[in-house]
Amino acid sequence: MLQRLVNTSNAMSPSVPLQEMIRAIRSARTQCEERGVIQRECAAIRAQFRQADNGGRSHNLAKLLYVHMLGYPAHFGQMECVRMIASPRYSEKRVGYLGAMMLLDEKQDASLLITNSIKNDLSHSNQYVQSLALCTLACMGSAEMCRDLAPEIDRLLRASNSYIKKKAALCAVHIVRKVHELGELFAPAARSLLAEKNHGVLHGAVVLITELCERNPETLERFRKTVPDLVQIMKGLVISGYSPEHDVAGVSDPFLQVRILRLLRILGRNNEAASDAMNDLLAQVATNTDSTKTVGNAVLYETVLTVLDIKSESGLRVLAVNILGRFLLNNDRNIRYIAMTSLQRIVGTDHNAVQRHRGTIVDCLKDQDASVKRRALELSLALVSATNIRSMMKELLLFLSSCPLELRSQAASGIFNAAERYAPSQRWHIDTILHVLTTAGGDVRDETVPNLIQLITNTSELHCYTVHKLYRALLSDISQQSLVQVACWCIGEYGDLLLRGECQETEPVQVTEDDVLDALETVLQSHMSAPATRGFALTATMKLSTRITDNVDRIRSIVSIYGSCIDVELQQRAVEYNALFKKYDHMRAAVLERMPVIEKNSPGHTNGESTREAVKEVQPAKVKQAETLLPQQPANQVCDLLDLLGGSEEPLQSNPAVGSTVPVLPISTSSTAGGDLLDLLGGLEPTPLTPAPTVTVYEKSGVTLTLSSEKQSDSGLTVTLTASNSTDSDISSFTLQAAVPKSVQLHMKAPSGDSLPARGAAKVTQMVVLSNPNKVNLKMRIRISYTSQGSAFQDTVQVDSFPEH
Amino acid sequence: MMRFLLLFSRQGKLRLQKWFTPIPEREKKKIIRDMTTMVLARQPRSCNFLHWKDLKIIYKRYASLYFCLAIENQENELLALEVIHRYVELLDKYFGNVCELDIIFNFEKAYFILDEFLLGGEIQETSKQVVNRCIESSDMLQETMEEYMSKPAF
Repeated sequence: MLQRLVNTSNAMSPSVPLQEMIRAIRSARTQCEERGVIQRECAAIRAQFRQADNGGRSHNLAKLLYVHMLGYPAHFGQMECVRMIASPRYSEKRVGYLGAMMLLDEKQDASLLITNSIKNDLSHSNQYVQSLALCTLACMGSAEMCRDLAPEIDRLLRASNSYIKKKAALCAVHIVRKVHELGELFAPAARSLLAEKNHGVLHGAVVLITELCERNPETLERFRKTVPDLVQIMKGLVISGYSPEHDVAGVSDPFLQVRILRLLRILGRNNEAASDAMNDLLAQVATNTDSTKTVGNAVLYETVLTVLDIKSESGLRVLAVNILGRFLLNNDRNIRYIAMTSLQRIVGTDHNAVQRHRGTIVDCLKDQDASVKRRALELSLALVSATNIRSMMKELLLFLSSCPLELRSQAASGIFNAAERYAPSQRWHIDTILHVLTTAGGDVRDETVPNLIQLITNTSELHCYTVHKLYRALLSDISQQSLVQVACWCIGEYGDLLLRGECQETEPVQVTEDDVLDALETVLQSHMSAPATRGFALTATMKLSTRITDNVDRIRSIVSIYGSCIDVELQQRAVEYNALFKKYDHMRAAVLERMPVIEKNSPGHTNGESTREAVKEVQPAKVKQAETLLPQQPANQVCDLLDLLGGSEEPLQSNPAVGSTVPVLPISTSSTAGGDLLDLLGGLEPTPLTPAPTVTVYEKSGVTLTLSSEKQSDSGLTVTLTASNSTDSDISSFTLQAAVPKSVQLHMKAPSGDSLPARGAAKVTQMVVLSNPNKVNLKMRIRISYTSQGSAFQDTVQVDSFPEH
Repeated sequence: MMRFLLLFSRQGKLRLQKWFTPIPEREKKKIIRDMTTMVLARQPRSCNFLHWKDLKIIYKRYASLYFCLAIENQENELLALEVIHRYVELLDKYFGNVCELDIIFNFEKAYFILDEFLLGGEIQETSKQVVNRCIESSDMLQETMEEYMSKPAF
């Protein structure tokens, strides 16, 4: 809030015509009335424009600009701006240039017309007129104008007063942004400006140099020599006494400090010598800056960013991360927010340092503010590891139940990924996924359902447990589609386990066949169920016909009713199932048998849409094939079965990934032309996906490191490093560090663990994501460190070629 | 660099718009709509930082006006808050206890002050006194020129 002070306004006398018009517009009570007032005013303004020179020109244009700000069209004022700019009167120039900045941009033809005026005004005797021209050029100068006027700007950079120099510097910045090649022109002048004492000029100079260095690596090389000068300037700001003109809450010219720190960051990046030269200064700024007010924290923040980006000493780095840690505990939400943003940037490279603050970060999940929550979620997900998975998941699930809607799907998929990678046990994994489905089932991605089904099938010892849990979940709530789909599928598959009434892992339910069928029918009939869900329910009902004993007739009647359902998909299924009951009853048992274990494609990999399609497609397709092929076969029943199964030449049109993961039923839908049932089951082998080629990159003292890589995109490569230990003693604190060529970006994901038990009992894997936009020759240097039998070992290996997949 | 600065009231009425890159009129209107919607929807004691497209939006409320500054990703958010605060201080010094009405009825002055503080999306002058002095001098020039031309100021 602004203080109430008694003082006289030093503002210039206001423009009465303008103020009268504003009052008139504001007193309009409706939108319509306002439009009327504005139309009248605009007409008057237009008329005035057409008249010869009168004293009120600037007021007219000002009125038009006000109208423009309200959102009304004002393009008819463009030429008036051009005329006003050319006027000798300062008041008219002032408004004319303002109008040009508001109404003209480089795309308008009229903007070219002011180039000459600007050129003239740049050499005007009065610095305030020069200032107008510089301001306008920096605001809306087109590339052409920039090229035209660049030499003039360079002249002003060298020989003028501070007031003009600082504006010329920023004009130069704009010119360089528009016409990159002109950077070379300004480099010498920029260099000499660093010797100025005036803060405005210094600031402009630093901005200009930053722009030049960011655009041209050669220029950057040359400007590295300025590091000592910049360090000197900073020292002057940080150490010297109170300077009233530039002081902001105890910090001397924070704006300039931040800009210099940013420039130092660019100059110190990837350069040992430059980083060394600024080390002491950064430590000084980090320790001396007052962190009680925002302005001090702004400087500290920039310092931390610089320290983390250059080749700083480890002590300095620790100091920086600690500052971020302090920020995390700050009362000010803004500070917590930026602390987390910064930690997110370094969680890949300084993982352990960030882990130390995990507790505070997890607490931020409970913050009221949505931005803070979002940052905390991203950071928490990045910090999940094999050691903290249980406690982290508790927090994440708690978060999921109360998190804002826009974060739910991100949270759900983050949780799934984490569970996938670090699940301590299968039961925990299933429980976690079920928990997510019950809390946020509507926000999960589509491939969750087939993934979960895959997981469940693979965990055969938990089938009973799973179907019990899902049945209970289904009874309480049928609105979460993903959950209902999985539940129906399970009940269809393992309904017999449900009916048996015994279960080791959990309290068994005492249900009758009717109860189970009731549950499925409720889903079928509910208006909340999506069409896909109803499909699941119908198929599940059908499958139960081979798993229950008494109520088969009920199933028969359900199926026949849906034979005339409006939903085409359901109708088709029902008709086919009907056929299965009537004509092909002898096949029903085989068709609806328990599914075999599904091969997973690769660890941590979701199969996406293809799997889902296959799951849906294959089920009816199997029956279709039965129908279409059978009539062709001779009457011999056994022969029928075999030939049918063997004769399914047609592979399902699916991509190899699918073929390898969803052999749904004994009837193969892949193209193995097996002659009998056994061959067929044998032929259920997944179409082998050529596994990613692995090379051994390191093998010494019993420690082996293999590398496999997979191309993700034109410039992206994912490398997986796998380590194993064949010695007789356990290895602990196993860490990998990697370095790559300059232009390649590297992002190391958290490793699966840090201990390698003896005799290859378990492996450690770590993924490294590389981005090589410049397509340089990819090399990677890996440093391996570990502790074995109490001593520390370290070794380095260089990888010069990556197996392509 | 900074991309744009918007000032709007609690009812979403625009009081000032400064664009630091060329943008078509239609897109400007869309951006203004997006900003007012996003910022006005924020809870009172929220974080002052938002993400929008590839930019960071820093906003702060002063009395009845929202100041909304869009900066590029490499810029310092905390410093951006200081930039907004500095601009408010400059307006306050010029108008003497500035309020929204001052900015409505003297919008050109608000722009003139802004143009002495920021330029081309960057900070131009870091000293409050220098900016104030320059504005005063420019105003004097305008007044004296008016007198000199012996045409009434209004």
